[in-house]
Amino acid sequence: MTSVRSITKTLFLGELLQGLAVTFRYMWKPKFTVHYPQEKTPQSVRFRGLHALRRYPNGEERCIACKLCEAVCPALAITIESDASADGTRRTTRYDIDLFKCIFCGFCEEACPVDAIVETRIHEYHMENRGENIMSKDKLLAVGDRYDAMITADKTADAPYR
Amino acid sequence: MNSLIQWLMALWASIPETLHLPIIKTAEIIVVMLAVVISVALLTYLERKVIGWMQARHGPNQIRIFGLPFLKGVAQPFADVIKLLLKEVMLPSKADKMLFLAAPMIAIVTALTTWAVVPFSPDFVLADIDAGLLYILALTSLGVYGVIIAGWASNSKYAMLGAMRSAAQIVAYEIAMGFALVGVLMAAGSLNMTDIVRAQSGSVLHWNLLWLFPLMVIYFISGVAETNRAPFDVVEGESEIVAGFHVEYSGATFATVFALPEYANMILIAMLSSVFFLGGWLSPFQGLVSADSLLAQSSFLWLFVKTLWFLFCYLWIRATFPRYRYDQIMRLGWKVFIPLTIVWILVECGMVALRVGPWAQFG
Repeated sequence: MTSVRSITKTLFLGELLQGLAVTFRYMWKPKFTVHYPQEKTPQSVRFRGLHALRRYPNGEERCIACKLCEAVCPALAITIESDASADGTRRTTRYDIDLFKCIFCGFCEEACPVDAIVETRIHEYHMENRGENIMSKDKLLAVGDRYDAMITADKTADAPYR
Repeated sequence: MNSLIQWLMALWASIPETLHLPIIKTAEIIVVMLAVVISVALLTYLERKVIGWMQARHGPNQIRIFGLPFLKGVAQPFADVIKLLLKEVMLPSKADKMLFLAAPMIAIVTALTTWAVVPFSPDFVLADIDAGLLYILALTSLGVYGVIIAGWASNSKYAMLGAMRSAAQIVAYEIAMGFALVGVLMAAGSLNMTDIVRAQSGSVLHWNLLWLFPLMVIYFISGVAETNRAPFDVVEGESEIVAGFHVEYSGATFATVFALPEYANMILIAMLSSVFFLGGWLSPFQGLVSADSLLAQSSFLWLFVKTLWFLFCYLWIRATFPRYRYDQIMRLGWKVFIPLTIVWILVECGMVALRVGPWAQFG
């Protein structure tokens, strides 16, 4: 008896019609797509994107070349060399982040005792030539200078939770 | 303006009488070919849209015709065609070059010539031949040569496997399809396509839809299998054989071996299904409203709407069902469809003998 019932069900395409009904219903449902370049999803202040090196308000570099970020970096993406600067302080002479190695974990930011290296919200960037994936000290400082207002606002907003 | 028309009339009159028919026919053929090619382009757009909607996405919505602020995405297929035509045509070094380039031609020629006998409207058929149905069966079967030759000439195992699968599948479903058309033939009593439509006139109840419903379902599903569309697209099953018979094709040859014939055949099957079972260009309001009202007029518009419905079914089925396993396809073709069609032909014989349904008028 059950076999007769299953054969009839198959013959009249019962389950296939059920499937078709599902797709037909979905055709009229509202779509969830965000039209990316025109619309953007909301972003957290903790978003971890492109790196930046910050300065104090008086223009002095924050980084003291303690190399904690280099030590903590799980992807070994950071390379630092340091020397005494003209005013006798300890400064980096080289601070490279390889963006191809970086996994954007944010450990460098966590490790930094002076909040020098930070990850900004910038995630829409690209490289056109080989070698541009290395963010040198100059490029990192330039990012920091350019987006200083945004970085400061984000860090202030997040400060109570750290 | 008037003088231009007069000049054209004079030019037309100056052409010998015997040349008038060939010139008119050639113009008609060009119009139909262009219409088919443009429909193919729009169908690929529609396909991506409908499947997108069914998967809760939007589908192509960026490229606009000349940057107009409406109809976003409609120009997508044209952009695709331009891209394909500009790309390099790769020739595999061990391919049979002549056949490799001939296969797309065979595919496209068979896909386009079939349109000759399709009755578009009561007074527009390219060739109103008596054996129209046989002509269609013959040419749709010839289309498989394009696929087989493409697969063989590529000299690639994946292409070869795809071609073999396609051959076996088309042979299997051709029979069921033929049997389904025998039913139509019995109902119409003619092989002429226009006569097949005329035989269904009267009202919706006179359409083959009602009396031959199982045959319609089987014809359409066989048509889906014939055109190698999902869920019967093992020919190009990307999970197993990369892309099947067209794996070695690129650029313009890809567009002609794969995209154009496949979609042209889809439109053809959809149009034939409406001609055979939904009364072609007959109005569904015939018999319901008075015969001289606008709704009851037979016109291409009705055929268009019916064709669109079948095309939507094509896309709907593709968006819904996963691909059949190869042996299941064979089982469905040989062990389900062929017996079912034979049974329904016998039922139809009974109806003819007892003069029920549309055969009552012969009583």
